[in-house]
Amino acid sequence: MQIQELFEALKKKFGDQVLELATPASGEPSVTVSAQAVQEVALFCREDSSLEFDQLMCLSGVDYPPEHLAVVYHLHSSTKHHRLVLKAMVPRQEPKLPTVSRVWRTANWHEREAYDLFGIVFTGHANLRRILLPQDWVGYPLRKDYVFPTEYRGIKCHD
Amino acid sequence: MNDSYGVRHLQKHIWENHAFSHIFNADFLGFALMVIAGVALLTFVLVYGMVAVWAERKVAGHIQDRLGPMRVGWHGWLQSLADGVKLMLKEDIIPTMADKPLFILAPPLVFLAAFTAYAVLPFSSRAQLADLDIGVLYITAVTSLGVVGIIMAGWASNSKWPLYGAMRSAALVVSYGVPLGLSMLPVLMLSGSLSLQEIVGNQGGGILHWNLFQALPFMPLAFLVFFISSLAETNRVPFDIAEAESELVGGYHTEYSGINFSLFFIAEYSAMLLSCGVAATLFLGGYLPPAFRTLGMMGLPRLLAWLALGLFLLWRFTSFWERRQFSEALFFAVLTLAGLLLWRTFPHLFWFLTKTGVLFLVMLWLRWTLPRLRIDQMMYMCWKVLTPLAFVNLLGTSLWWMWAN
Amino acid sequence: MTSSREFRSQEIYVNMGPQHPSTHGVLRLMLRTDGEIVSDVAPMIGYLHRCAEKYGESGTYQMMIPYTDRMDYLAGMNCNWAYCLAVEKLGNVVVPERAEYIRILVGELNRIASHLIAFGTYGLDLGAFTPFFYALDEREKILDLFEMVCGARLTYSYFRIGGVAADLPEGWVKRCHEFIDFFRKRIDEFNELLTYNYIFIRRTANIGVIPANMAVDYGCTGPVLRGSGMRRDTRVDEPYGLYPRLRFHIPIGMGEKGSVGDCWDRYMVRIREMEQSCDIIKQVLKSMPEKGDVRAKVPKAFKPPKGEVYVRSESSKGELGFYLISDGTDRPYRVKARSPSLSNLCVLPAISDGMMIADLVATLGSLDIVMGEIDR
Repeated sequence: MQIQELFEALKKKFGDQVLELATPASGEPSVTVSAQAVQEVALFCREDSSLEFDQLMCLSGVDYPPEHLAVVYHLHSSTKHHRLVLKAMVPRQEPKLPTVSRVWRTANWHEREAYDLFGIVFTGHANLRRILLPQDWVGYPLRKDYVFPTEYRGIKCHD
Repeated sequence: MNDSYGVRHLQKHIWENHAFSHIFNADFLGFALMVIAGVALLTFVLVYGMVAVWAERKVAGHIQDRLGPMRVGWHGWLQSLADGVKLMLKEDIIPTMADKPLFILAPPLVFLAAFTAYAVLPFSSRAQLADLDIGVLYITAVTSLGVVGIIMAGWASNSKWPLYGAMRSAALVVSYGVPLGLSMLPVLMLSGSLSLQEIVGNQGGGILHWNLFQALPFMPLAFLVFFISSLAETNRVPFDIAEAESELVGGYHTEYSGINFSLFFIAEYSAMLLSCGVAATLFLGGYLPPAFRTLGMMGLPRLLAWLALGLFLLWRFTSFWERRQFSEALFFAVLTLAGLLLWRTFPHLFWFLTKTGVLFLVMLWLRWTLPRLRIDQMMYMCWKVLTPLAFVNLLGTSLWWMWAN
Repeated sequence: MTSSREFRSQEIYVNMGPQHPSTHGVLRLMLRTDGEIVSDVAPMIGYLHRCAEKYGESGTYQMMIPYTDRMDYLAGMNCNWAYCLAVEKLGNVVVPERAEYIRILVGELNRIASHLIAFGTYGLDLGAFTPFFYALDEREKILDLFEMVCGARLTYSYFRIGGVAADLPEGWVKRCHEFIDFFRKRIDEFNELLTYNYIFIRRTANIGVIPANMAVDYGCTGPVLRGSGMRRDTRVDEPYGLYPRLRFHIPIGMGEKGSVGDCWDRYMVRIREMEQSCDIIKQVLKSMPEKGDVRAKVPKAFKPPKGEVYVRSESSKGELGFYLISDGTDRPYRVKARSPSLSNLCVLPAISDGMMIADLVATLGSLDIVMGEIDR
């Protein structure tokens, strides 16, 4: 299926929870959905017989200061051979959205990573702890306004 | 004056009245000889072990398309010595939470288990520290003490990986012990004795009289079972699961360092050489020559063999001398002299070491070829394959024996 | 009897790693074990975390290339390639034909090198030392070839946006030919040495079985997914470079020695992939143009138009994807690397329940992870 058809299918099912279809001049088109509906949309994408997105290839956080953080889901169907880019925007003040780790198991670690580096909270995640950084790390390094620490547990770094 | 007199008086008093006196008088010579022989044996085992370590590294290197140690001496023949010195100079770390007495006691115990068994090993008809009537029993008893040392080491380290090693070792000792013992029985049956000298003596008269070639096909099978079980006893691949580097880091000797670690190391190699020696004694005619004379190895072939050896040595020596590689020359000189001396003056010792060496090489070859078994597979093999085989073997040999007599 | 003293067994927690011979780097596994039986595995990662994605954002597009080398340091060429592919797609750069061929050559050679390490260390994990040296011996020859093209033996940075850094040096093609001819025969020796060894089969067949649907669910890719019997390969599914012009076969696990998706299958997929890579290299050597540009004209201040791409490529470990967002400046707005090892590792807790420690080591080895790529 082409992106337009995918968008229509989602629109038909979820109505105004599916916000917009972005088709930029260069790069990949993407579908933005409401953050609160991410889990249902994901489940639909996976289970619907015409979509069958059985693979979550990548889950990334993106920081769009000053207002938003985005979570980008790259889906691929190994049976239908089509792909879809889902986006969900969350406010930077309270970056919360439902987890998809029960839809695709692989999202478990990817969401932990996004939490670790962006501070996006995935509600309903079974084990939402820092994964790459130490548990007592302060701040979220991949946010654009992150200030590099000059010291960690007595280890100084000069920069 | 008085003091001096007093001391001498005391000495005299002890000399005449103390319990020692009758030892000093009657058996002193014997006792001293025993001590000297013991020290000599210890030296021999240590040197033997070091040579074995070097051999292992060289063989491993060549099996793996590399050269192995090359720096210390000719083809690294002094490498073990250098490593030994290094290990001795290293700090001996004892973990804070370790059970200190047990921790220190374990390595010597493991080494002693391997070493004391050498006492009854017949290197030749005369070079044997003690010809016990129950030599075979003594060896099995003493070598199994090594496992106690290993379990001790694993427990005393108070660390989890060594504990796993100890657990595995404990599980194994009951598994390989049974086929090991059972595979020795046919030999005892054929020889009618537990004395190693007598067992060897019964195999005299050439290669065809070796125990290995009796009661076909049963004795070869017994040898196989024995050899495999002794691989397990000495913790060698494919049964090195008690140390299993890639699983348990180092198993029971994970926490050891310095001289204690090297004791484990030497103990492993002494145990290996002991196992090979016992296998040679029980199955391959021990120190007796294969007696090619009986197979027509006389006259021309013999002469040619001598000639070839002589030419080879001449070539090596001249080559070394020209290139001024004196270390190599020394190595070859020592090797040649030792070999010739052994062959001509102690043919028994020569043949014993040769047979042991061949078996040792097989052990190395296996180690550098095979992967490691899992512990349950290992136990499966011991209990369900080797033990029944050993039993069948025992039955077969006894039937053969009854029929033959 | 006053009271029967109970012998109670106790589960213990063991730290496997970060310093352990068979955790392939600095992976730490928290094991809960009942004797030898593992009842719970919790991988803990991050010991090698350098936040490479932040580096990517703070430099220009070109400046990220050396960092990709340090991700999967066993297959640096493939990482270079994946990143350059993404940038080229973002900036609509057309790569000259000869450069594409050279990319396939070094990419496939690096795949072989990486699989050789997987093969060798897998032997080590199972207690066989010799295969490791055999494998390293061959890998050295590949590294010699790489040294000829770019001067480096581990972190190549050979790829450039729009091509490769330099053309192949004189005599390289001949040496490559010689190596491939020699190496094909060598694979048979590997098989004799390890693959069909009875003990090896007993240690790997039916161990660590990953069913196909589980593999997909956990996002496994590459040899791990193919070992489970799924014929999925980005080189064919979403071809990039000149792969559509080449004929090659995608080996999958067939459960020859045990059930589909066990350790032996995953291992065997890698061995067969090495053979396929040899075939690919042979075809490329035959059809490659003698001369030509190896680098498209790309300005130093490379500014791709606004937009975003996610580009997948088949690294030796699986699907290596780069998600790039451009805001029209000469620095990427966001660089995200989707590393195959991360997803391949996260399946471990699910399949290791009730295993013995020795099997856990075998399973971990068969996943062939590289920590540099997981932690980034």
